[in-house]
Amino acid sequence: MITAQELDSSHETRSQTPVLQAKRLVKTFGRVVGLDGVSLELFPGEVLAIIGDNGAGKSTLVKCLTGAEIPDEGEILLDGKPVTFKRPQDARDAGIETVYQNLAVSPALDVASNLFLGREVRKRGILGSLLRMLDTRRMRDEARAELLELGITTLQDVTVPVENLSGGQRQAVAVARSATFGSKVVVLDEPTAALGVRESKQVLELVRNLRDRGVPVIMISHNMPHVFEIADRIHIQRLGKRAATITPQSHSMTDAVAIMTGATQG
Amino acid sequence: MTHDLPENPSARTAEIAGSPATASLDLASEFLSRRTPLGRVRNVLHRYPAISPAVVLALSIIVFGMLNERFLAPANLSLITQQVAVVGTLAVAQTLIILTAGIDLSVGAVMVMASMFIAQTAVKNGLPGPLALVAGLVVGLAAGAFNGWFVTRLKLPPFIVTLGTLNIFVALTLLYSNGATVRGDDMPPLLTATGNLLPLGEVSITYGVIIMLVLYVVVAFSLSKTAWGRHVYAVGDDKEAARLAGIRVNRVLLSVYLAAGAILAIGAWIQIGRANAASPNAGVDLNLDSITAVVIGGTSLFGGRGAVWGSLLGALIVGVFRNGLALAGLDVLYQTLAVGVLIIVAVAVDQWIRKVRK
Repeated sequence: MITAQELDSSHETRSQTPVLQAKRLVKTFGRVVGLDGVSLELFPGEVLAIIGDNGAGKSTLVKCLTGAEIPDEGEILLDGKPVTFKRPQDARDAGIETVYQNLAVSPALDVASNLFLGREVRKRGILGSLLRMLDTRRMRDEARAELLELGITTLQDVTVPVENLSGGQRQAVAVARSATFGSKVVVLDEPTAALGVRESKQVLELVRNLRDRGVPVIMISHNMPHVFEIADRIHIQRLGKRAATITPQSHSMTDAVAIMTGATQG
Repeated sequence: MTHDLPENPSARTAEIAGSPATASLDLASEFLSRRTPLGRVRNVLHRYPAISPAVVLALSIIVFGMLNERFLAPANLSLITQQVAVVGTLAVAQTLIILTAGIDLSVGAVMVMASMFIAQTAVKNGLPGPLALVAGLVVGLAAGAFNGWFVTRLKLPPFIVTLGTLNIFVALTLLYSNGATVRGDDMPPLLTATGNLLPLGEVSITYGVIIMLVLYVVVAFSLSKTAWGRHVYAVGDDKEAARLAGIRVNRVLLSVYLAAGAILAIGAWIQIGRANAASPNAGVDLNLDSITAVVIGGTSLFGGRGAVWGSLLGALIVGVFRNGLALAGLDVLYQTLAVGVLIIVAVAVDQWIRKVRK
C-alpha cells in the first residue's frame, strides 16, 4: 500500500517551488474537525483539482487558502514565503482570486461593475481625486477587452445587469473577474455545478485559457469527467485529510472514486 | 446535470451531491420575459426603476389639473414643494438605508431631536446660528452612529434597532426640551432662513426646498458615480457576495447610517424654517411618510435596487395626491386612503418587476 506521503514525495523532487503551498492545516469548528493536518502544493502552470465526498473538507481547505477561514494550525506559503490571511481581501491583495460556489456577484449591478467590484477605477484628475468619480467608460472598455481575451463571446453587452444572464454567463463573469485580478492563483469552487453541457464546456475552456496564460488554477469539483478532462493533478480529500494526490494518467475515474470513498487507500 | 448522464456513465458515480438542472429553467424564464410585450415592459422598468413613479406623478398632475384649475396655479405648485421639503429630505436618508436592505423607523425622531438641539443651544445657551447648526449636525451623526453601531457590531436587524432608538430618541428629546416648543422668532435668523422664499418668476420656493434638491443631487451623484455608491448597492443586494468581493460591509453600513444622520440634521434645519418653530412633538411620525415616499419611488425594501430620484418623485406623488384631493373637496380621510392604496400598488409593482429573474 502506498501512503499519501510517499505519493506526494514525488513532487518534492521537482525543482520548482510551489506557487501556493499549505502545510499541515488544521481547522476545527467546535467539536467538528474540518481539516485534520492537510498539506497541498500548487505548482506553476498547472490545474490542480480537489475532489472529495461531502464533508471531506474541500471547501474548508479552499477557504483557508483564500482567507475566508483562518486555520487553527499549519502554514501557508505563497512563492515559498509564509503568509497569513485574515480576510478574503488579504488573499486577494496577495494575488489569489477566488470564484465561490455561491457566485459572489451582485445581481443588480452590471457586468462591468461586477468585474471591478471592490476595486473600482476612478477618473483621472480632479474629478477622480476630489469628487471620487468613477471612470465608467474605462471600466467598461477594459471589461470588454478582458472578456474578449478570455474568449468569452457569449457576453456582448457589459452594461447588462448580471441577474439577466444565464447561469453559465454569470459563471463566466465570476471567472473573468478572478482572471482579471488573479495575478498568482485562481481558485474555482465547483465552477461547473448547475451548468448545462454546453455552458460547462465553455467554463472548462476558460480554465484552460487561464492556465495557458500561466496562471495556476485550483478547482474544486464533484464532476469526475470534468476533473479528468482538465486537471494536471488531483488532490483527493477524505475525512478532513489528504487521502492521495494522483494524476489523470496514473489513475482511472473509478480509482479516484474508490480513494475518495475509502474503498481503497490510494 | 441530467444531460451528462447518458453521455458518460461514470458521471453517475461521481455526481455525489447532484446538481439541479437549472439551465433549462433559465431558458424557459428567459423565453417568457423577453418575448411577451409585458415582459419587455418589465425588463425596462427593471432597468430604470424611476420610470413608474415618474409616470404616476405626471398622470396625477394631469388628472388633478383637470379636476380643479387652481391645482396648476404657480402658487399651489410652490406650496406642494414646500410641503414636501421635509419628508423629501428624510426620504434621502431613508433611501440610503433601504438600499442596504435596512429600514430606519427613527428618522423622524432623529430629525426632531436635532431640531430641538439646534433651537435650544441657540436660544437657551446663546450659541450663534452656525454653531447651533453644527450642534444639530453632531446630534444627527451621533444618532446615526448609535443606530449603525447596533446594526453592524451587534448584528441586530435594523427594524428592531430603530424601533428601539425611535422611542429612546423621542424620550431624550422630551427630557431635554421639557416638552416646550421654541418659537422661530426667538432664534437667530439663520435657523429659520430655510423657510424664506426665493421668488422665481411666478413660482416661489423656499431655501429649504433648494437645500433638499442639492441633497438629492449630491446623494444621487455619490450613489451612481462613486465606488461607495456601488458598494452600497452591492451590500444591499447580497451582503455575503459583497464581503467575498472584498467590500468591507460593516464600514459601508456604518457610513450609510452616519450619512443618514447628517442628512436628518439638515432636515431638522429645513423643518425649523418650514414651521418657524422647533417643537418636540412635530414630525415624529414622519418615519412612515419617508418610507412611503421611498417605496412609492420604486426602491425595493429588499435592498440593492432603486434610485434616490425615485424617492423625490415618491414624496411629490404623496404631496400631489394630498393637495389635489383636498382641492377636489374630498375629506382628508380620502387622502390617507389614497396614500395607503399607493403604497400597496407600489410594492406589488416592485415584486412583479423583481420576477424578471429569480
